[in-house]
Amino acid sequence: MPAYTLSINGEEREVDVTNDTPLLWVLREHLNLPGTKFGCGISQCGACTVHVDGRPIRSCSYPVSSVGDSEVTTIEGLSENGDHPVQQAWLEHDVPQCGYCQAGQIMSAAALLKSNPNPTDADIDSAMNGNLCRCGTYIRIKRAIKTAAQNA
Amino acid sequence: MIGFSWMSCSTEEPLAVYDVNAYLKIDNRGGVTIFSPNPEIGQNVKTSMPLIVAEELDVDWDRVTVEQAPLNTEKYNRQLAGGSQSIRQGWDSLRTAGATAKMMLVTAAANRWGVSPNQLKTEKGVITNTANGETLTYGDVASEAVDVPIPSDVTLKSPDDFTLIGNRIKNVDGEEIVTGKPLFGIDFKREGMVHAMIIHPPAFGMSLKSYDDSEARSMPGVQDIFTINTSIDEPQWSDVNAFNELLVITGDSTWEVMKAKRAINVEWEATGELENTSGHNNKLAEAVNNGSGEIARQDGNPDSVANSAATIVERTYTAPFIAHNTLEPMNFFADVKENSAELIGPIQTPEQLRASASQLLGISEDNIRVDMTRMGGGFGRRLYGNFGLEAAAISQQIGAPVRLLYTREDDMTQGTYRPAYAIKYKASLDEDGNMLSFQARGTGMSESPLFANRFPAGTVDHYSSENIPVQTNISTGAWRAPRSNFTAGAEQAFIDEVAEAAGKDPIDFRLELFERAMSNPVGSDNDYDPARYAGVLKLVREKSSWDTETPGVYRGVSAYYCHNSYVAQVVDLEMVNDQPRIKKVWCAVDCGIVVNLEGALNQVEGGAIDGLGHALYSELTFEDGAPNASNFDNYRLIRTNEAPLDIETHFVQSQIHPTGLGEPGLPPVIGAYANALYKATGQRYYNQPFLMREEQVETIG
Repeated sequence: MPAYTLSINGEEREVDVTNDTPLLWVLREHLNLPGTKFGCGISQCGACTVHVDGRPIRSCSYPVSSVGDSEVTTIEGLSENGDHPVQQAWLEHDVPQCGYCQAGQIMSAAALLKSNPNPTDADIDSAMNGNLCRCGTYIRIKRAIKTAAQNA
Repeated sequence: MIGFSWMSCSTEEPLAVYDVNAYLKIDNRGGVTIFSPNPEIGQNVKTSMPLIVAEELDVDWDRVTVEQAPLNTEKYNRQLAGGSQSIRQGWDSLRTAGATAKMMLVTAAANRWGVSPNQLKTEKGVITNTANGETLTYGDVASEAVDVPIPSDVTLKSPDDFTLIGNRIKNVDGEEIVTGKPLFGIDFKREGMVHAMIIHPPAFGMSLKSYDDSEARSMPGVQDIFTINTSIDEPQWSDVNAFNELLVITGDSTWEVMKAKRAINVEWEATGELENTSGHNNKLAEAVNNGSGEIARQDGNPDSVANSAATIVERTYTAPFIAHNTLEPMNFFADVKENSAELIGPIQTPEQLRASASQLLGISEDNIRVDMTRMGGGFGRRLYGNFGLEAAAISQQIGAPVRLLYTREDDMTQGTYRPAYAIKYKASLDEDGNMLSFQARGTGMSESPLFANRFPAGTVDHYSSENIPVQTNISTGAWRAPRSNFTAGAEQAFIDEVAEAAGKDPIDFRLELFERAMSNPVGSDNDYDPARYAGVLKLVREKSSWDTETPGVYRGVSAYYCHNSYVAQVVDLEMVNDQPRIKKVWCAVDCGIVVNLEGALNQVEGGAIDGLGHALYSELTFEDGAPNASNFDNYRLIRTNEAPLDIETHFVQSQIHPTGLGEPGLPPVIGAYANALYKATGQRYYNQPFLMREEQVETIG
């Protein structure tokens, strides 16, 4: 079994898994980072969104062998004290209902604002359309992204 | 005293925690822990239930820590998430718990000072002697308060004196959610825990015949492959489950088990009918058109009145099966020992799970502990705890702690769906546009969606409501706002057509009917308050400026009562590139006292989006007993670009005891949308999902 040395949230982490293991399960079950969620397994719901070199990817369909030297950031590593502008805006707007999709939503939103600090409504739709919220918090998510854009 | 910690700073007294009653603990520094008794599925009870305790306790909300209570039927009532009843049915006991604790603290202070409790007042955890201004904190007297005899009669606050209730209070788990802390069932783990998955039959009406696991057994990380049967002798209402005999794969990690699952060759056999959607539609059409069922209510002679009326409107409405699709798939942890068991996970019915698990495992209920995790959605699916029983059966079989996890495909094809429904309505009008009769014939697989004693019962002299259910072997259950999630949209779209036939404004037409129900109601069993119903319609008319037309904005209105609350909604559509876009949803809500305004607003917004999403886009069809969708690539859920651009919600100011909000925001919006879409397109929409059907002609009837 090949061993991988991954750069996760600024730390070197070693895992011993098969090369087809999705990054999602490496994070959740081998690295004790359960904030990234399993929703569909086929990149359709966005609950498993993490950043690879700053870009949002669906970790459920991203094999560990593809990570290489890239820097992986999960919800646990988005900010040191939970005070990333997107996280703060999420709290200000009290976005979550069940909360299950929100880590993925936040990671998608943070990646959007990094590449596009002042997104239009259309930009937000296109960046966030891959993230399902079964509780229907979409309006609050949009408001929170706009607040985060102002405060960033 | 139940806790004692030396982890404090050296200058302070050691922390001592006092168990005041089942709902709360107070420590010697004034910190308060409040237990939230009911399961949290996203309806925000973990914030709003403790808020009610804190209100009566008179404590600073910033000093409150909330903990999820385990299942304990001796301490708590109705630890169930369903029917939007947690707040309504918990209101009295939560208030009493807070008020009782406050009285014990005040009595302890009075005893220490040697004064009458009547001259003491409380505010934010501080007790003040009004005679001399001396103060003691709750923490100062907590150790003495627990020895005060429990008062049998306590005075509750007047709603006018509420300081916490009615404010915008943030979700108590908010910070943990946005930082990805382990809160959910799927996040729970324990040393030595085995990972398990199941394989269930691919179609309703099929059973396991044989399987070849030779390849899978040799795969890395696989521990065992075997079958379980979760049948019990005396199933409860919560034991709805089409598939009791299941194939199980256990292993070291989820991914290894998932891979092994795909490597097993299973042979299935038909042991029941393999049903098709075309057959379902024929059966529903036959039932609603020609079937004869139970007349649940009849007033007057609707048939004969309709025959001689000036105008008759008759329409049929349909909706398909839909899945719950909680974003956190079904999962559960079980650790079953010889004479005891521990079950931990996302469950809306912990008490029922414990009782069924006791039967399945042959272990006394007293020796089964059930803990509830935060749930990644419920919507009714987690009322039916088959996944908990499966985890228990697996743990018992392998003699180790186990976490069962469904894949999305397992979850979506397992059943317990919202039933497919049809209703045929018939109304007659006189020459002046007054409604003379109203008749409803409802069918569904396997239940009729009608509520015989609700609107418009009571508003019209000649009325009937008939239930003609049709059987199916596809398992169905409660789905957020059961029956109402279809009936509201159908009824309120039909009323819109009747109002149009009467030549009346749709709000005026409804208000006339409520006026009748207020002044001279028909029948005595009417299950709604027409004044509150009219109240939300009037409020939404005012707030949405209903009587002012805006060019390019197409509007529809709807009002509905369910789960003890009243909601009226107006949907504003605009056409963008010939496609309808939801510009705004206006909501007027009467749920009595609003406990947590922030959570209440969120529930109404989410309910509206959930209702719209499913009515516009979602359906589950069947071929040879198998669902035609198994994941989000072929089962469509509403996404952010399809959601309303804005939702504005107003609550009726009220001192009536609070009623539920998890469900009432969902049903009426479907009718309001259909009515707005008619204004925008000139076409009436009868069949859900509205935007997925090319033909909106009446497919049934």
